[in-house]
Amino acid sequence: MTVTRRPTRRDVVRGVAVIAAALPQPSFAQASPRVAVIGGGFGGAACARALRRLDPKLQVTLIEPNRTFVACPFSNEVIAGLRELSEQQFGYDRIAADGVAVVAQAAAKVDAHARTIGLADGSTLPYDRLVLSPGIDMRFDAMPGYDEAASAKMPHAWKAGEQTALLRRQIEAMNDGGLVVIAVPAAPLRCPPAPYERAGLIAHYLKTKKPRSKILILDAKDNYSQQKLFENAWQELYPGMIERVALSQGGRVTSVNPATNEIVTDFGNYTADVANVIPPQRAGHIAAIAGAADHTGWCPIDPVTFASKLVPDIHVIGDACIAGGIPKSASAAGAQGEACAAAIVNAFAGKPPDTPRLNGACYNTVAPGYAFSLRGIYQPRDDQYAEAEVTTSPVEATREVRRREAEQALDWFQTITVNTFG
Amino acid sequence: MPSALINVPAKAKRGDIIEIKTLMSHIMETGYRHTASGEVVPRDIITSFTCRYNGTEIFRTDLYPAIAANPFITFFTTVTESGKFEFEWIGDKGFSETASASITVE
Repeated sequence: MTVTRRPTRRDVVRGVAVIAAALPQPSFAQASPRVAVIGGGFGGAACARALRRLDPKLQVTLIEPNRTFVACPFSNEVIAGLRELSEQQFGYDRIAADGVAVVAQAAAKVDAHARTIGLADGSTLPYDRLVLSPGIDMRFDAMPGYDEAASAKMPHAWKAGEQTALLRRQIEAMNDGGLVVIAVPAAPLRCPPAPYERAGLIAHYLKTKKPRSKILILDAKDNYSQQKLFENAWQELYPGMIERVALSQGGRVTSVNPATNEIVTDFGNYTADVANVIPPQRAGHIAAIAGAADHTGWCPIDPVTFASKLVPDIHVIGDACIAGGIPKSASAAGAQGEACAAAIVNAFAGKPPDTPRLNGACYNTVAPGYAFSLRGIYQPRDDQYAEAEVTTSPVEATREVRRREAEQALDWFQTITVNTFG
Repeated sequence: MPSALINVPAKAKRGDIIEIKTLMSHIMETGYRHTASGEVVPRDIITSFTCRYNGTEIFRTDLYPAIAANPFITFFTTVTESGKFEFEWIGDKGFSETASASITVE
């Protein structure tokens, strides 16, 4: 592997040293293919590790500017004061110990034809295959009034980290009797049921600490995943606290004013005490730079191999790819990362790809000790992922069933984070 | 839940161009779908929408099966005098709904 070196900054030198230490001698380099993975979330981290596990000869580089990953699943609990942000944080040491070269830099450019990545410090990294797992970016051009500066006043909290902490502080500072507005965009979005999980968990906090407060969901969708389960749970646990205005009732937010905390729909104006504005999203920006995103902002893929339909030798996994019936979730991203790794290893070995059968799990917690879930198996059909089997928790169930699912949710989180980062 | 949503500014200056927004809850069944047993699901759509201003028709549109559920119709008009907008939706199976909104022109 060659890295165009400009050793003017310490982290560059360190990054290069990590790569050099982790890789075979240059004389073997030609024989061992180089796979670069951009993005160290659930998809990218799982993919990088799976590549090394399936073929230890591969030279695998994981490019991720953050040294600490902050997980989105269970971050709604952080907003509601039930969990600390530190419990959401994971490092890359174990991934590096698996022989993955972890480069703590942002990728600034991708040249799909030359098969090179330009890093933020100006150095260049060549690859044979590239896996993009860039997650999402907010579309700060999509909703009038809502740009990046507005998100400091009206947090989206749709990427875990400072935004999560900000929304929590705002809710903690709100007076009893205040109004929390959650603005939900049209599909596709990261973790489709999460706005409703968030509403329930914020309601739990408010019921406990500020019982005269209300939550208003302004929704650009009519229907959503596990809707009946959510509605029944809200009725049971938080009667009268959560109101939702669906698309066909005029719920689509058309503009916001961060100076006044006003949220405008086609048919109404609302002034929030806490405004959680979740804007429309697209694939992480590097996907567009690489030419892998289409006019929708997302990345079309071959569902068997995750190969981009737009650019050669690039695969796209996780929230950024267009995966048909698979919801954009941590669980799906991890499963896609492993399937993509297998497809790449097969391709290098000259073998035909296996047809993936992906498992996805999606737990929703409405209160401590009260959760339900959707579990799905997804397979390619007609050039797109389709649901092969989906199991949703029963609409009628005892509290004991919900309590067990809450325990299973925590087990799931521990398992996926240990498998990915531990 | 009201079946019609209307957004007309409460006030405007004479000669202003204003936007009027309307949304009618309706399934807009195309008539081209079949049930699992193969029977055609009968067409059930809104076929026309009309707006009158102080009794005079100022906007009309016909609707067709390709239009999605819950038709959202917006248009612009110039206001000349205070008065009342009356909206009417007519469709298959005897569907008929009306709504109205007043505006004060200063």
